[in-house]
Amino acid sequence: MISIVRKLRAAGVLGINARNARFVLEHNPRHLYPLVDDKILCKARLKAHGIAVPDQLGIVRGQYQAGALARRLRTLDEFAIKPATGTGGDGVLVTLGRRGKEWITPGGSLLSMADIQYHVSGILAGMYSLGGQLDAALIEELVRTDPALYPIAPEGVPDIRVIVFRGVPVMAMMRLPTRRSGGKANLHQGAIGAGVDMATGRTLSAVMQHDIVDQHPDTGASVTGFSVPGWPELIRLSARCFDAVPLGYLGVDMVLDERQGPLVLELNARPGLAIQIANRAGLAHRLAFVDQLDNPEGLSVEARAAFALDGTY
Amino acid sequence: MTRSVHWLIVSLLLIAAGLALVAYKHLALGYPLKPGQIEESWTAEARLVVLPEAGPVKVELSLPAVTPGLSLLRENFISRGYGLTTEADRWNRSARWAVRRASQRQLLYYSGVFYIDRGREPFAPTPAYPEIPSLSEPFDTAMQAIVDDVRRQSADIASFAAEMVARINSPSPSEEMALFLNSPEYRNNPVRIARTLLAGARIPTEQVNGFPLTQTERRARPERLLAVHNGRQWLFFDPGTGQQGLPDNFLIWWRGERPVVSVEGAELIDLSWSIRRNELGAIDLAEERATRHGAWPAAFSLLDLPVQAQTVYAVLLLVPVGGFIMVLMRNLVGLRSFGTFMPVLIALAFRETGLIGGLVLFAVVVGAGLLLRFYLERLRLLLVPRLTAVLIIVVALMVALSLLSHQLGWDVGLSVGLFPMVIMAMVIERMSIVWEERGAHEALIEAAGTAVIASLAFYMMTLEIVGHLVFVFPELLLTVLGLTLLMGRYSGYRLSELIRFRRLAREL
Repeated sequence: MISIVRKLRAAGVLGINARNARFVLEHNPRHLYPLVDDKILCKARLKAHGIAVPDQLGIVRGQYQAGALARRLRTLDEFAIKPATGTGGDGVLVTLGRRGKEWITPGGSLLSMADIQYHVSGILAGMYSLGGQLDAALIEELVRTDPALYPIAPEGVPDIRVIVFRGVPVMAMMRLPTRRSGGKANLHQGAIGAGVDMATGRTLSAVMQHDIVDQHPDTGASVTGFSVPGWPELIRLSARCFDAVPLGYLGVDMVLDERQGPLVLELNARPGLAIQIANRAGLAHRLAFVDQLDNPEGLSVEARAAFALDGTY
Repeated sequence: MTRSVHWLIVSLLLIAAGLALVAYKHLALGYPLKPGQIEESWTAEARLVVLPEAGPVKVELSLPAVTPGLSLLRENFISRGYGLTTEADRWNRSARWAVRRASQRQLLYYSGVFYIDRGREPFAPTPAYPEIPSLSEPFDTAMQAIVDDVRRQSADIASFAAEMVARINSPSPSEEMALFLNSPEYRNNPVRIARTLLAGARIPTEQVNGFPLTQTERRARPERLLAVHNGRQWLFFDPGTGQQGLPDNFLIWWRGERPVVSVEGAELIDLSWSIRRNELGAIDLAEERATRHGAWPAAFSLLDLPVQAQTVYAVLLLVPVGGFIMVLMRNLVGLRSFGTFMPVLIALAFRETGLIGGLVLFAVVVGAGLLLRFYLERLRLLLVPRLTAVLIIVVALMVALSLLSHQLGWDVGLSVGLFPMVIMAMVIERMSIVWEERGAHEALIEAAGTAVIASLAFYMMTLEIVGHLVFVFPELLLTVLGLTLLMGRYSGYRLSELIRFRRLAREL
C-alpha cells in the first residue's frame, strides 16, 4: 500500500483531494461555474470569442413549449438533445436519421415523437441537472465525425479532452465510444480512453474500464500510435477556450466534425482524473511546470500552445 | 503559503481549545471522562431525642460550617412541629429548633451530604494571640517549666506543638506534666492540657470536633483534634497519638469545648451520630462542585436545560460526530454515497430501528420502492408527480410492513417514525436519479457506500462513551470542527484511489 502511494507520488499522479484542494479550489473562481455548467451560456460565450461550436437548432425552456418542440423536430432528421446543465454526457439523446415518423438512435432503436417529448420533459424537470433544479433542453446539430477517425472510432462521436492549466494545455486524451458504451464517449460507460502525446498528437496507450487495451474491442483496429488529425489546431483551440472562460483548471472537450473541423463541445470545471490512467502519467509534474512560469495567463495563445507542441512534457 | 499556515493555525487552535476545555473540566472540576462513573459522598446525621419539660423548648445544634477537603452537597432537617431557623456566618452555622409547647418525647434530625472536594480553605479565622492563662499554683509553675523546657527543644510553632503533644502522651510523663494529667480538671482531656500549655507560650489553638468519614457507622462518636495556628495556617494534631495533619475526609462539625447542642426547657435524652457512605453520579457531583466554585461550566451546562431539550441535544450533538465520520469515509477512504449528509441522517434513523432491523427495512423498502418506480417509468409520468407517487408508495409499504410485522409479532417495523420515512423517500429519489443518470452499477455502489457509512456512523453515534463525551463536554465540537478543517485541505490520496490507480502504479 505504501509503496503504491510512493510510486504514485513520485509519478505525480493527482488524487481527487489534491485536485480539488490545490487546483480546482485555488484556480477556479466560483462565479465562473455557471458559464461551464450551463451549456447554453457556455456556447454563447465561446461563440462570442469566435470559437466554433456545434450549431444550436433550438432551446426548450418549459413544458409549455412541447408544441414548438414537435414543430421544430418535424423538420429535423438528425440532432442531439442535451440538458443545459447535465454533466458527463448524461441525458444526451442522439438521433442519426429518420424512418417514417420515427427517429433512429445510434443503438439502432426507434424513437417516436412521444418518446422524445418524454425525454425532454425529464430534462426540463431537472432529472439530469445538478441538484435537480429546473433545466432547459438544448437541440444541437449532430456532429458528424471526421472520417479520418473511423479506424479507431467506427461508431459514435469520439471526443478529445484537453486539460488546460492557467491557459496552458498540459495533458490530453481521446475518448473512443464502443458498442459497450452505447456510442457515448463516456469512460464510465465503457468507452476507451487513449492518452495522446502532447507534441505529436499520436495516441500513446489506452484503457477501457481499468484495463489496458491496444485494440478497439469492436473492430480489432489498433488504437495506439494513431495520429489525431489537425493536432496543433486542437491544442490551440483548447488554449483559446481559456480566454473565453478564464478557469485556471479547465477541461476542454472537443470533437472533429466532418464539415466544420474542430468544435468545442463543452467545458468542464472539474475534469476527471482518468486522463492520467489513459496517459500512464501523472498530472502534478506538468501542473507544477506551468505553476513556476511567470504569468502564463498573460502569454499569447500561440505561446501557450507551444509548450505542448514543442514537447515540453 | 500564508493561507496554509492560517488554516493550520486555526485548525490546531480549535482542536487545542476543545481539548484544553475538556482537560480543565475533567481535572479541575472532576467532570468524568467515562459514563456511569460513581463517586463517593457521605451522609452525616445527628439524631437528638429531647423530653420537654413545662413551657417552651429551644434546641440549638451547631452544624458543620467549613471543612478543608469536604463540601456540603445538601442538607435536611426533620423536626415535626418545631419552628426551624438556621444561622450562619462565614465560620459558624447552627440550627435552632423552637416550640412553644411540647408534651412528649421528640426526635430531631439533621443530616448533611458531603462530598470530597479539593478546596483547602481554613476552617476558622486567623485567631488573636491568647493571653497567658492565670493558673493557680502549682499549675502555674509547672506550666512555665514545661513551656520553657519544650521551647528549648523546638524550632518553631509546629515543632513546639508536636513536642507538647508528645509529652502529654508520653508513657513516662515528667513530674510537672503528671500534675496536669492527674488533676480532675484535665484528666482524660489531652486537648485541654495542650491548649492551656500552648496558651502559656501564647500560641493560638482551637479544639476541633468531628468525624473521620471512613466507613458507615450506625453510632459514630465524635473525635477531638487539636488545631494550632502557626501564624499562617492551621495545623492539626491527633491529641491521642501526636500525629500531625488532618486525617483524610475528616468532617469538622463544631469547634471549641462547648457542647454541640444546647437545650432549654427540655432534657436531652440522647444524642447520636451516624455516618453513611453513598454513591453519587460523578456528573451530578461535578456540576455541584462547579456551581460551588462559581466556575462557568456550571452556568453553561446542558444538564441545566429542561430534560426534553437535553434529550434533543444528546442526539443533535452526535450529528457532528457522524458528519466527521462521513468526511473520513469520503475524503480519506473514498466511499461514494447519496448526497453529502444522507448517510448521517440514515444513521440517525437507525437509532429508532436498530442497525440490523434498520438495514433490512431500508433494503426492503428502498428495493420495493425502486421496482415500483421502474414500473412508473413505463407509464411515462413527469418527474415530480413520479417522485410523489414513489413517496406515497413508500408510506403504503411501511404501513403494510408494520401491519405485517405486527401480525408476526415482530416489532422492528413498528418502530419506524416519521423521520426515517422521510429519509427513505429521499433515498429512493436520490437512488433512482443516480440509477437513471449513471446506471445501476453506480447506483448500487453509492447505495453500498451509503449503507457502510451509515452503519459506521450509527456505531460511533451509539457508543456510550461518545454520547457521554459530547454531552458532558460539548466543547469537543471545537475539536471536531478543527479536525474537520484539517481534513478540509487534506490533499493526499484516497484509499479507493490507490485501488483505482493500482495498475497505473505498476505501469509507471
